[in-house]
Amino acid sequence: MNGTTITAPTIEYALLAPMLIVFGAALVGVLVEAFAPRYLRKSIQMPLTLLALIGAFVTTVLTALNGLPERAAAMGAVAVDGPSLFIWGIILILAFVSALLINDDDQFVAQAAAVPGSVDEEEAVRSGFAQTEVYPLLLFAVGGMLLFPASNDLLAMFVALEVMSLPLYLLCGLARRRRLLSQEASVKYFLLGAFSSAFFLYGTALVYGYAGSVDLRAISEALGSVSGQQTLLLVGVALLGVGLLFKIGAAPFQAWKPDVYQGAPTAVTALMASTVLVAAFGALLRVFWVALGNLDWDWRPVMWGVAILTMIVGAILAITQTDIKRMLAYSSIAHAGFLLTGVIATGSAAQNSQSLSAVLFYMAAYGFTTVGAFAVVTMVRDAGGEAGHLSRWAGLGKRSPVLAGIFAFFLLAFAGIPLTSGFFGKYAVFTAAVGGGALPLVIVGVVSSAIAAFFYVRVIVLMFFNEPAADGPSIAAPSVGTSAVVALAAAATVVLGVFPQPVLTLADQAASALFIR
Amino acid sequence: MPWLSTLMAVPVVGAVGVSLVKSDKLAKQLALVVSLVVLVLTAVMAFRFDPALGAAKETRFQFAEVYDWIPAFGVHYGVGVDGIALVLIALSVILVPIVILASWHDADGTGAAAPPRRSVKTYFALLLVLEAMMIGVFAATDVFLFYVFFEAMLIPMYFMIGSYGGAQRSYAAVKFLLYSLFGGLLMLVAVIALYVIAEKGTFMFPELVGVIQDPTTQKWLFLGFFIAFAVKAPLWPFHTWLPDAAAQAPAGAAVLLVGVLDKVGTYGMLRFCLELFPDAAKFFTPLVITLAVIGIIYGAIVAIGQTDMKRLIAYTSISHFGFIALGVFAMTTNAGAGATLYMVNHGFSTGALFLITGFLIYRRGSSQIADYGGVQKVAPVLAGTFLVAGLSGLSLPGLSTFVSEFMVLLGSYERYVVPTIIATTGVILAAVYILWMYQRTMNGPTAEKVKGLPDLDARERWVVGPLIVLIIALGFFPKPALDMINPAVDHTLSNVHISNVHVTPAVAEKKGAGQ
Repeated sequence: MNGTTITAPTIEYALLAPMLIVFGAALVGVLVEAFAPRYLRKSIQMPLTLLALIGAFVTTVLTALNGLPERAAAMGAVAVDGPSLFIWGIILILAFVSALLINDDDQFVAQAAAVPGSVDEEEAVRSGFAQTEVYPLLLFAVGGMLLFPASNDLLAMFVALEVMSLPLYLLCGLARRRRLLSQEASVKYFLLGAFSSAFFLYGTALVYGYAGSVDLRAISEALGSVSGQQTLLLVGVALLGVGLLFKIGAAPFQAWKPDVYQGAPTAVTALMASTVLVAAFGALLRVFWVALGNLDWDWRPVMWGVAILTMIVGAILAITQTDIKRMLAYSSIAHAGFLLTGVIATGSAAQNSQSLSAVLFYMAAYGFTTVGAFAVVTMVRDAGGEAGHLSRWAGLGKRSPVLAGIFAFFLLAFAGIPLTSGFFGKYAVFTAAVGGGALPLVIVGVVSSAIAAFFYVRVIVLMFFNEPAADGPSIAAPSVGTSAVVALAAAATVVLGVFPQPVLTLADQAASALFIR
Repeated sequence: MPWLSTLMAVPVVGAVGVSLVKSDKLAKQLALVVSLVVLVLTAVMAFRFDPALGAAKETRFQFAEVYDWIPAFGVHYGVGVDGIALVLIALSVILVPIVILASWHDADGTGAAAPPRRSVKTYFALLLVLEAMMIGVFAATDVFLFYVFFEAMLIPMYFMIGSYGGAQRSYAAVKFLLYSLFGGLLMLVAVIALYVIAEKGTFMFPELVGVIQDPTTQKWLFLGFFIAFAVKAPLWPFHTWLPDAAAQAPAGAAVLLVGVLDKVGTYGMLRFCLELFPDAAKFFTPLVITLAVIGIIYGAIVAIGQTDMKRLIAYTSISHFGFIALGVFAMTTNAGAGATLYMVNHGFSTGALFLITGFLIYRRGSSQIADYGGVQKVAPVLAGTFLVAGLSGLSLPGLSTFVSEFMVLLGSYERYVVPTIIATTGVILAAVYILWMYQRTMNGPTAEKVKGLPDLDARERWVVGPLIVLIIALGFFPKPALDMINPAVDHTLSNVHISNVHVTPAVAEKKGAGQ
């Protein structure tokens, strides 16, 4: 201690501004919960949340316009580079859109602590309680998502992982209808999530043992210089991989996804299905490309297996689903598999930047479509809340052709039909994968796309070609927010499907310099 | 003037208009007018087309337009036509107004089978959207653009079958979509691989011709494209979706499905499989010809056994697609030109058969052959036109299909004697399935339920009339069509580097045969 002067760490506040804004607003939100009277809370929280997300997006754009930094910020802990900024942009837009959905009344439980069906709960409902904590929880989760893909060392990444996940565990348990299902989802997600975090942490420790550092660049350098500790490294990498693959829901770590997606309030599901996937892929790319890029001969075969398994499991199990949200969950698993084909397609720098750009574009395309699809799900309701069972969707095309038409369009985008965004997303990653020598993987990819098309098409058949049930669900008159979300998602799906070039250019620019170290 | 873009834009704008107008009647009239405008535009374009320019590489595709669409992927909006594409576009734009007129009451729910009433405007809007895509798929000179149309055109057809079809419509629609999608996705892999391996950074078809040299690569890519086209066409054994789809689709949609959409498959074989992968095409020729001949015989025999008229016509088409594939892969000018002409003639002849059958079903409410008998007595015009259409289906000399079938057989005989002889028996089987169907439905004592069926009314005569005129006119005077087709086929075959015999005498021969 004595004799050494501690230099204050340099923090590039401007670069970190998007995160700081989101976290700052989240803290303010907590204070609002503590001090503002109940009737005012929502009218403060909602604008605060939306403004924070807009502010963060604007600063992200400004940072991108100012030119990218050469080195990682905050003493090498956070890498604000092209991919990070692109991912931040997607996450912030999608989070904003999801926040509009969350804003709808009547989705969240009046008082989370009340036992379902108890006198307490009735009391809470009667007195008009509302769990406005969802807004700061959302902001904390989004803050974590921003840090997660940008972390340049494993410890920061672990902290981000937890900051992102803990609020989500809570949010999952807050559904107003089918509360037991929601709570079950929450507990399952928490237990499995905690388990996977432990894997990640353990992996971090082992890799630290090998490389003597948690810094991604230092790990990468250690790969060339440290010898004789191969076991430590490989086990560590495997454990890190488990933690990250769990978050993206890749097989065989996909079991939580259907349960959680089904149980969580649909607005929260929309958030998880879009932004968490994006953030987790960002982190996965960073760990495996930056820290372990030189180890690709070791991890690539495993990733091949995971990608193939994920695509097939997602596509096949989705066929057997009878609940719309579970079906979308399995579809999300299949899409994670498609994205993994892009992660695997590494090679020369040009190849890497092409793959990265493809993955970035895919995530943007998929994220919008997903949020839109879940937004439609929130609107199809019957007496018990949302009409989840697929049979309830029969004949929807006759009752409300516009909504059913838009949903059918989203499904076609998921299936990757040309002139939708999903097609170009798939095309981009598959082209990158063929360029990276992963042709067999692409063939598995198209075969599972064909299988997946079956269950997307089945829903279209249900909606358009079947007669509506007599007591079928009604379409809730959508709030302005929900209609805006659906319209925006549909517009994004069309525009990215017909004129993808601007976003492709943006993704190319973001990916051109690859990750900074 | 950007002819091809205009041709595509007009129906799209028309479709929007059709879906916006208030009354159903106005929507139908508007759809008809739009499709006639497209027909007139295409006719003007066809007159301005110069077949002689088809020989040179630079001017091969006329009315060409090329714009960057997605530079990041090397994708262009590239359109242009040679003789082959032009006659197929002509086929499409002639069939669409006829189909619109024929489908006047298809969505009204007024048929004897008491189909539920459905959105009339949507049906006609879908028809027009489909027309734009049909023009696009034949006009595309960018492989990626072709793929986009190839896949996207499934969607309007899927909704036309699934929403407006018969009792088993949703099963048929899903089967149709999944088969085509599966084939299409295999083709997508081949399209991607073509782009990556060619290293040209572009999808423009003329620049990709002859680029892939490695024989093994050619074979794999050929298979990727070929299977997609074989499902689409469909060739035996990829055909099982067609009878379901065609039987369940409303008659008008069935005409476009079998008459035009399936031609995209055979067109794709001729244009892409042969030219992009010539060595692989030669390598796989024995296999393809075997499949084609099996399809000719199998389709014909199974057609004889059908009890449902629409399914019967669908199976006859499988037999005819065998002839077309045989002609394409025989790789002689006669066979290639014959196959192309066959695509056009088959569209008219099968179109007429489907539409007249559709009129019959609309009256009687059943597509079962057993439910009819003696229609000739109560509805002579209907029966008479049905006979002419049927005779063109069995390639009676003097009708257009004879010319093309003869050319295909003649051209194939130059190279493949035994398969051609076997294929020729398909002509005899065709007489069995057509005439026997005619005998069971139109001849004999008039069935109880058939009595009092009205004959074709004025609208329906306007539907059938032009088709019959075309069938007879092209039967006696195929020269205008062949003049367009021949240079384009020659150009195609020259890209396949195949030595060619008897180019000129063939025209005289088949003309003589036609008379």
